[in-house]
Amino acid sequence: MSAADQTAREAVDTVYRADSRRVLATLIRLLGDFDRAEEALHEAFAAALQQWPVDGVPANPRAWLVSTGRFRAIDQLRRRARHDRSLGDLAEALERQAAASRDDDILDETSPVDDDRLRLIFTCCHPALPPDARLALTLREVCGLTTEEIARAFLATPSTIAQRIVRAKAKIRDARIPYQVPGPDDLPARLDAVLHVVYLLFNEGYAATAGPSLTRADLSAEAIRLARLLADLQPGAEVDGLLALMLLHEARRASRTTADGDLVLLEDQDRASWDRAAIAEGQALVERALRSRRFGAYTLQAAIAAVHAEAPTSAATDWPQIVGLYDVLLRHDPSPVFALNRAVAVAMWHGAAEGLALVEQILARGDLADYHFAHAAHADLCRRVGRLADARASYARALALATQEPERRFLARRLASLE
Amino acid sequence: MRYLCLIYDEEKVMATMPKPEADAFMREYFTFTEGVKASGHYVAGEALHPVSTATTLRIRHGKTSTTDGPFAETKEQLGGFYLIEAADLNAALQIAAKIPSARTGSVEVRPVVDFSRMP
Repeated sequence: MSAADQTAREAVDTVYRADSRRVLATLIRLLGDFDRAEEALHEAFAAALQQWPVDGVPANPRAWLVSTGRFRAIDQLRRRARHDRSLGDLAEALERQAAASRDDDILDETSPVDDDRLRLIFTCCHPALPPDARLALTLREVCGLTTEEIARAFLATPSTIAQRIVRAKAKIRDARIPYQVPGPDDLPARLDAVLHVVYLLFNEGYAATAGPSLTRADLSAEAIRLARLLADLQPGAEVDGLLALMLLHEARRASRTTADGDLVLLEDQDRASWDRAAIAEGQALVERALRSRRFGAYTLQAAIAAVHAEAPTSAATDWPQIVGLYDVLLRHDPSPVFALNRAVAVAMWHGAAEGLALVEQILARGDLADYHFAHAAHADLCRRVGRLADARASYARALALATQEPERRFLARRLASLE
Repeated sequence: MRYLCLIYDEEKVMATMPKPEADAFMREYFTFTEGVKASGHYVAGEALHPVSTATTLRIRHGKTSTTDGPFAETKEQLGGFYLIEAADLNAALQIAAKIPSARTGSVEVRPVVDFSRMP
C-alpha cells in the first residue's frame, strides 16, 4: 500500500470513529428510513475507501459521505423499482429533494437545535416505543453498538435484541413517528424519556444487574458520552444534573471493588483513589444546575453525591445536609428507594435505632419487598442495635434476592459473621 | 395519514356521574368535536351505545355463534371513536390528548392502513 493510500485509509477510519453516527443521523432525515440510511452509510464508507486514496481526502468529509450515501440510496431504489413501482416514486421524490438542496443545507450546521443527532435521540426514545426497545434502539443507532454488544450488556440473546430493534423500526415506519426534536410543549416530558434511557444505561454499567463483574465500565462511559452530547445540543438543568450524577459516581469506580472483584462499601473506600477532576466537574455542574432553579430529581441526586465526594473521610460526611437534600428530592419524587436511602442517612446522623424505625416503616408498606438492598439495609441496622436474629433473617432475605456475584459474596460473608 | 382514536372509559363510572358533571363532560366533547372539524383534522366520529347493547358474532367451521356483549370483558369499555387525518403520530397524539376521555379513561391511537400506497 502506498503512503497516500495509508493516509486515506486512516482518514476514513478517523472519520468513521468520530462522525459515522452524525452521518447516519443526517441520512435518516434525508432518506426517511432507518434501514435505508444504514445501508447508505455502509455504501458511503465503502466508496470512501475506494475513492479517497485516488482523489484525496475531501475538504468536508461528512458532507461528502452524506451526499455519496444519499445518491447511492437513490440508485438502489431505482434498481429495486423494477420490481416495486412505489420505490420508483420514492426515488424520484428523493432526487428532487437532493437537487433542491446544497451541501451546506444537508448538514444543517446552522444551529444546535437542528442537529440531526438530537432528532435521532428523541426519535429512538419516543414514548410510543416500548421501554426495552428505546434502550436497544438508542444503543444501536446513536451509540453504534452492535446487536451482539447490546445483547451481552443486557444478558439477552442477540436474536431477542434484533427482534426488538426490528419491531421498533417497524413501529416508527407504520405509526409514522416523525424524525423531529419535540416542540417546547412536549420537550420536558420527551427529554425525561431520553434522560431515563441514558440513566438506565449508566446504571447497567455502574452496577450490573447480574453476572460475574460488578461494573461494566464501557456502558457507563457510553452513557456519559451521550449525556455530554445532550448537554451540548439540548442544554438544561436536568441534563447537567444527570451528567454530574454520573461523573460523581464514575469518579469512585476504582475504589468500589477490590482486586478480586469484591464489593467495597462507601465508608471503606480509599478516597485517595477517587478521580478529583471528575468530582470537580460534577460539583460545578451541580452548582450550575441548582442555580437555574429548574432542577429536578437527577440534580438533587447529584447534589447528594457531591456532598459524599466532598467529605475527606467517611466520618466527616455532612449527614444533615444529605438528609436535607433527600427531603427535597422526596418532594420531587416520592420514590420508596429514595426514602430508604434517606433512612440510611438518618441512621448515620441520629443513630441506628432511628434509621431502623424508618426502614421498618418503609418495608411495612410493601413497595420494596423484592429489593435486596432494602433487606440488606435492614439487616445492617438490626446488627448495629443488637437484634442479631432479625439481622440474620434479613441478610438471608437479601441473599435470596441478590443476583449479582460480588453482592452475593458480600451478603454471604455478613450472614456468616453473625453465626 | 389517518389515525383511529378509540375511546375507552369505565362505563360504571360514566353511568354514575352526577348530572351536572355529565352535562359538562358532554359539552367538552361538543367543543372538542367542533374544534377538530374546524382545524380540518376530522374525518369521522361517533359515540356508541353501552357494551350491554353489543352482540358478538363468530363463525367457526361453518357454525355461527352469536353471543350477547362485547368480544371480551375489559376494565374499560369502548365508548366511541374519532377518525382523524394528521401529518404524523405526534400531531395525532396532540389531537387525541384533547379528547375528554383521555383524562378519565384511555384513548388508543392506531394508524390506519392506506391500501392505495401498498405495492
